[in-house]
Amino acid sequence: MAETKQKIDRSGTPLVAMKNISIAFGGVQAVDDVSIDVYPGEVVGLLGHNGAGKSTLIKILAGAYRMDSGEIWINGEKADIRSPAGARDYNIETIYQTLALADNLDASANLFLGREITTSLGLVDDSAMEAETRKIMHRLNPNFKKFSVPVSALSGGQRQSVAIARAVYFDAKIVIMDEPTAALGVHETEMVAEIIKELKAQGLGIVLISHDTREMMALCDRVSVMKNGALVGTEHVEDVTEDDILSMIILGKNPKREAA
Amino acid sequence: MSDSTSGQASSAGRSGPNRSFFSQLELDLRLLGMIGAFLLICILFNIMTGGQFLTPRNLFNLTIQTVSVAIMATGMVFIIVTRHIDLAVGSLLATCSAVMAMMQTAWLPDILGIPLGSPWLAILAIIFGILVGGIIGGFQGYLVGFLGIPAFIVTLGGLLVWRNVAWYLTNGQTIGPLNETFQLFGGINGTLGASSSWIVGLIAAAAAVLALVSGRRSKLRHDFPVKPIWAEFVVGGIFVAAILGFIAILNAYEVPSRVLERQFEARGETVPEGFTASYGLPISVLLLIAVAIVMTVVARKTRFGRYIFATGGNPDAAELSGINTRMLTVKVFALMGVLVAIAGLVASSRLTFHSNDIGTLDELRVIAAAVIGGTALAGGVGTIYGAILGALIMQSLQSGMAMVGVDAPLQNIVVGSVLVAAVLIDIIYRRRVEG
Ligand SMILES: Nc1ncnc2c1ncn2[C@@H]1O[C@H](COP(=O)(O)OP(=O)(O)OP(=O)(O)O)[C@@H](O)[C@H]1O
Ligand SMILES: [Mg+2]
Repeated sequence: MAETKQKIDRSGTPLVAMKNISIAFGGVQAVDDVSIDVYPGEVVGLLGHNGAGKSTLIKILAGAYRMDSGEIWINGEKADIRSPAGARDYNIETIYQTLALADNLDASANLFLGREITTSLGLVDDSAMEAETRKIMHRLNPNFKKFSVPVSALSGGQRQSVAIARAVYFDAKIVIMDEPTAALGVHETEMVAEIIKELKAQGLGIVLISHDTREMMALCDRVSVMKNGALVGTEHVEDVTEDDILSMIILGKNPKREAA
Repeated sequence: MSDSTSGQASSAGRSGPNRSFFSQLELDLRLLGMIGAFLLICILFNIMTGGQFLTPRNLFNLTIQTVSVAIMATGMVFIIVTRHIDLAVGSLLATCSAVMAMMQTAWLPDILGIPLGSPWLAILAIIFGILVGGIIGGFQGYLVGFLGIPAFIVTLGGLLVWRNVAWYLTNGQTIGPLNETFQLFGGINGTLGASSSWIVGLIAAAAAVLALVSGRRSKLRHDFPVKPIWAEFVVGGIFVAAILGFIAILNAYEVPSRVLERQFEARGETVPEGFTASYGLPISVLLLIAVAIVMTVVARKTRFGRYIFATGGNPDAAELSGINTRMLTVKVFALMGVLVAIAGLVASSRLTFHSNDIGTLDELRVIAAAVIGGTALAGGVGTIYGAILGALIMQSLQSGMAMVGVDAPLQNIVVGSVLVAAVLIDIIYRRRVEG
């Protein structure tokens, strides 16, 4: 599995470090004292059952939720992320599990939502935005042609590519992908894998969530497993097998470590 | 020549030989439907009234009666697009109208000693009225956006509150006559006359053509597909004909001779032999056109407008994109309040006085206009021109029924039913289009 993986340099400061993060919704402790970090050029996978707290954890990093306790450090400095816009200021881009697209707007309006290109008069420059959208979509998904229809008229995979385009267009340093391949066919899944490798080669840090253990073993450098809001453990993929990961997800412990 | 244009268009993959005439024009089907409905209503009433409906005089009146509701309907589009509703517009109109009436007849003359008849009374009253509308609207938006009270409840309360605030401001009295400068915005007391109307019409026609040309240029610059050149000419021709035709109709309505006599008498002159004058374009209509242009630009070309539609389409996505949806709600309701105040200016000055029941049931007309004009109650979809056309359809129905002699209760029954039917048609239409 871990054939030709580049060694990640983890001697410096991590690109992002989430330390002892906790958040509760009413009585539910959705995330319970979880710490993860991501180094430049690294893909860190988050695995776990439905409801384990994966999306909640990354939504804290994305500024969508405010944590109850814990700290976020970016490039060795303590970060104060209060809103999605705040996260963007730290060059954190997110592909949400729900894609978070405005269905009634077209691809370019969605891609630039909140960050519109404006003319000298301060009006939104739709032609310029569509031109940019055509450029990036040509790179990500050359088959994409539906530029002037609302995204509600797009297929799941096409919507996904709009969401991905939005995350990679704006010079991200950290990209969060919450189940980016869930709605995709084989071919499109391959395309997302290529994008992830490309971003990784550019030195970005990526947090990837997926239920596909095999895919995670192939794409990630390390995987963190969550269960009931808590972190079961973080492993280098070359040190574990798919079965180890599965038992971490299901049993909440790593049999190898238990044995050692 | 023609080969190169068609080759370019088909290489862009948008137009082929099998595309129909109408689809090449890229006109909005829904808009055509509304125009068709409007024409049908006009023709029907014209037959029923023996040719009384489609006269310059009646069309002039229809136009000025539509303005107040149409101005509010443009704001209601934004409210409904963001998945809210405003039931308080009719009552807020009364409060704004009362404030403006009291300002010019009592408060300003008494406190600042500005003499009655001074144009300053009108100017200050209008500014203050708009301020009051904006603040009250913004306050309702705060209750909705920041405190999370449903807009339905906030404005249902507002419906009662502002109606009676207006009552207290005036002690329930009718306030008038209003300042002459103020009355310029009412319709018949403020018109441009024939030649100025033609000038405005020509400027508008030129602007429409210019907009088409620059739109096409901008598309070509980015290599986007454009419609065939003949289609551009047809669309441009329709625009120009509609604008100039509208001016021609308004100019065809001449000032009655006894009114002319009175005007000349007031100046100590007599009417010259064969002298006629046209009313032409009312200032209130000019105001509506200005509102329509500004609101359309806001909707399509500003970030604020983009965020309104994004929020209506998917509030969560808007928020995750960094849009402050709470503040957006405040702004949308404040804008509605400003438009209500402007509508109050038009409505009260058309009557030449403020009356207690001004704006009653306007919330229904305004919501109906927006919905008939294609604003989806589910949010995210709506156009300014649609709402204005919706207002025109509502008003022509009501005026037509009044002319035919339909009882007032039955008129209201019809208007209420049309609102419900319009929503049903909208639902069916959307199901077919969106599959
Ligand atoms: N906004 C919220 N309000 C209340 N509870 C929430 C909220 N968001 C998440 N939760 C709860 O927090 C827990 C973790 O949810 P989360 O969405 O993070 O799971 P997940 O690991 O992403 O699951 P999945 O694999 O199904 O996407 C669940 O019990 C969920 O019900
Ligand atoms: Mg999730």
